[in-house]
Amino acid sequence: MNRTRVWQKARPYALVLPAMVGILLFVVYPIFYLIKLSLFKYNLLNKDKSKFIGAANYSEIFTRGDFYNALTTTVLYTVGVVAITMILSLAIALWLNQNSRFHAIVQAGIFTPHIISIVSIALVWMWMMEPNYGLLNYALKAVGLPALPWLQSSSTSLLSVIIVSVWQNVGYYSLLIVAALKNIPQTIYEAAALDNASKFKVFYKITLPMISPQLFFILVIMTIGSFKVFDTVKIMTGGGPNGSTTTLVYYIYEFRTTSIGYASATGVVLMAIITVLTFIYFRMLANKVHYQ
Amino acid sequence: MGFVFPFLWMISTSLQTFEETMRFPPTWIPASPQWSNFVEAMSSGPFLTYFKNSVIVTFSIILLQLMVMIPAAYAFAQYKFFGKGILFGMVLLAFMIPGQVTFIPVYLMLADAGLIKSLWPQILPFMSNAFGIFLLRQYFMQIPQEIIESARLDNASEFKIIGKIMIPMSMPAISTVALFSFVSHWNDYFWPLVMTDSEAVRPLTMGIAMLRETEGISNWHIIMAGNVVLVVPILIVYLFASRQIVKAFTYSGIK
Repeated sequence: MNRTRVWQKARPYALVLPAMVGILLFVVYPIFYLIKLSLFKYNLLNKDKSKFIGAANYSEIFTRGDFYNALTTTVLYTVGVVAITMILSLAIALWLNQNSRFHAIVQAGIFTPHIISIVSIALVWMWMMEPNYGLLNYALKAVGLPALPWLQSSSTSLLSVIIVSVWQNVGYYSLLIVAALKNIPQTIYEAAALDNASKFKVFYKITLPMISPQLFFILVIMTIGSFKVFDTVKIMTGGGPNGSTTTLVYYIYEFRTTSIGYASATGVVLMAIITVLTFIYFRMLANKVHYQ
Repeated sequence: MGFVFPFLWMISTSLQTFEETMRFPPTWIPASPQWSNFVEAMSSGPFLTYFKNSVIVTFSIILLQLMVMIPAAYAFAQYKFFGKGILFGMVLLAFMIPGQVTFIPVYLMLADAGLIKSLWPQILPFMSNAFGIFLLRQYFMQIPQEIIESARLDNASEFKIIGKIMIPMSMPAISTVALFSFVSHWNDYFWPLVMTDSEAVRPLTMGIAMLRETEGISNWHIIMAGNVVLVVPILIVYLFASRQIVKAFTYSGIK
């Protein structure tokens, strides 16, 4: 009898144990380890020679131009991706929000880029952005516009990377918005129709406010996602030309072997940024769970 | 159309000759499909090894996640216990902290453990799928309590309840999580890039990305052939399970 009581007490812990081991080992502990590393001048070859230097890595971060460059690039990238994706996916969602077979096929099509590896996507776009034989410059010339250097010039490289990210994600966010649109009660639209409201007015006064919680939600997810951008940059530009596409994660990646302490401190800064953004995200999540 | 076109263009290029790729205006349909491009792409590196690694890593992750996630989700859904709030808080934390933040300490840990030359660094860090635990817990909570209570009255053990009631009744959620894992880990590039330092443990994504270095910057027909090989498995899965996959991804966005 007593043994079953003990087991009943221990059971929940036994069931969550493997999951918790995974999370402790690969999320919680690494966070503390990262913070510790950020306070050291770390010696990869001989750990005993690592030196505690306190906040020196942090003061270095905030005095270095290349850090500000990476931060600015990440912010520009994020603003660009979020703004363009938001507008495009809203437009596509409004168009998609009809129940026909054709729209179902289009939905499946626009979603494909989201499930394809960024490696493939980056390579295909690099080929299309090739300056001399690439399709994009061919298209530009065909309509009488000058060819662009796309990834080869620091004035267009970030925009090129933004285009690829938007293209990969717009279908996914369109579907999220379609889901939100489908939740708007039809009766509201019928009432508006009785009042002879214009299409623009219906959109501006009904549709937009009704889906604004989801839009804000998408905004936050997209912002967090964009702050982590790395793959596209690594494959397409290697951070260049001239650091024009060096984002925060790429910056950390570059320092990961040569200067672990400094890279870790930058990691802590990135974590702080993501935490603030995620805090907003979870606040909204809590609201959704409680008040639905 | 704009969303499928780059992939059609990828396929077209993968079947062109080098001369055709350099032609202006572009060649839309190759004069005679060059299947040898695929042979050339696949023989430029140990692609069988890459492919095998991708398969092993992806399926090990899915299996491990299912084994870890189902009991945890059940406990979070069914029991009240001391510390539950904190533990669930850690699940949410795991949901929020991306690998791009913690990869340096995780790498050092796994290197200290002597695992860097194996496939483990690509598998172990993903054993706890926070999103999966979260989603499955929601699902378990929706299963009527009466079913579980009557099973308990019949003296069914908790493991039997998980195996005979919870898992069969939650198949849609379980397959959703498994598909989500499949797509994310088959496609992953960042993690293997920072966790591997030898050809023997690299997955297909890295092999294809490296094609560009081995093939130089002009052999686009070969690079695109490699690219097709990377995309096809996902497209086949998508063809059969597109509804489930879309659901999995929209879930992860909305939840």
